[in-house]
Amino acid sequence: MTTTFEPTSTTDDAGAVDSFTVTMQVRRYQPEFHEEGYWESWTVEMHGTDRVLDALHKIKWELDGSLTFRRSCAHGICGSDAMRINGVNRLACKVLLKDLDTSKPITVEAIKGLPVEKDMIVDMEPFFQSYREIMPFLIADESQEPTRERLQSAEAREAFDDTTKCILCAACTSSCPVFWTDGQYFGPAAIVNAHRFIFDDRDEGGDMRLEVLNDKEGVWRCRTTFNCTDACPRGIQVTKAIAEVKQAILARNI
Amino acid sequence: MSSQQLNIAAPRSGDIDPKYLRQSASSSSNREMFKWVFMRISGPILLVLIFVHLFSNLMVGDGVHGLNFGLVAGKWASPLWQIWDLTMLWLAMIHGTIGVGTIIDDYTSKDRTRVGFKVALYLASVAIIVLGTLVIFTFEPCMTDAAGNLMDNSPSFCFNQ
Repeated sequence: MTTTFEPTSTTDDAGAVDSFTVTMQVRRYQPEFHEEGYWESWTVEMHGTDRVLDALHKIKWELDGSLTFRRSCAHGICGSDAMRINGVNRLACKVLLKDLDTSKPITVEAIKGLPVEKDMIVDMEPFFQSYREIMPFLIADESQEPTRERLQSAEAREAFDDTTKCILCAACTSSCPVFWTDGQYFGPAAIVNAHRFIFDDRDEGGDMRLEVLNDKEGVWRCRTTFNCTDACPRGIQVTKAIAEVKQAILARNI
Repeated sequence: MSSQQLNIAAPRSGDIDPKYLRQSASSSSNREMFKWVFMRISGPILLVLIFVHLFSNLMVGDGVHGLNFGLVAGKWASPLWQIWDLTMLWLAMIHGTIGVGTIIDDYTSKDRTRVGFKVALYLASVAIIVLGTLVIFTFEPCMTDAAGNLMDNSPSFCFNQ
């Protein structure tokens, strides 16, 4: 999918950044004007240091102000700008244009499986509802709070370290083919965030969360296609986390 | 600092549009878990059952040329192959039914279509399992024609009676 960018020595002054033209093919959805979505392309002059998000900014700021997408921090932390770039879910602020094949148009679409509201903006509420249902907060013995710290060993922390990295961008859940066809499925992100508390030895709500995920629409819907692991911009081993939750439910019930 | 009372409804706190609420299917059963475990266990067992079955039918002895009524009849005279084929039948049918059921769930969007396909699937599976089981246990290896002569290709032990 990605091609390496060969730096060309066309510029004489060292330190100058190469520039190139790139065609951005964007899936538009403007419900005020068109009932159906359609593709629109712009060719823009970009630099070797630019990301897909910069190209979208350039289009929005200089060519077509109606282009609509979410972004907040623009540095891969807030998780607002997950989108489908060349057919795979990525954060627009983390994909460098030079890492893509710029000889072909770069396609940008809204993430799949959630209702599109406008251009790249989808209704995230079903996603957050699944997140709420797995109770993403510490459930602990109230008799000792808040008199002292809840100490934890480094080893105990290691068990769920990977799943603490989630930024709720929905790249994983909206890359999951099971979620595309079954919108009721909790999805990888909710399971990852449940994993973060289930395997936290300070937390006492693990059984409740395992019960929630033992649902018809819970972990058993997962068919280990690894799309989520590939999509995660934080490098979380999502499928592994789901498998660990499956094992925990099995261990509890058998 | 102004003492003005801020009264901004906290977004997404308890005030959730009902359309986002999960249509909760009574979750207290372990049905999905057992289905998942069954698929994981029956898969490897089926691999062994099926490949030994293929090997014994197609490779041993005359191989594919020796495959006739007599071979099947001879196999089912032995309790080992009866149990073997019975296990293979049940595991394969249940494994396949769960798998196809999942595919139906994936590819049907209307409830009526899904229920229709599921009913057809379950009826077909039950019919095949019942018929197959019946055949394995009530099989008559030494069949005779109208004149009372043994059929061609009957297993050898029929001729010794």
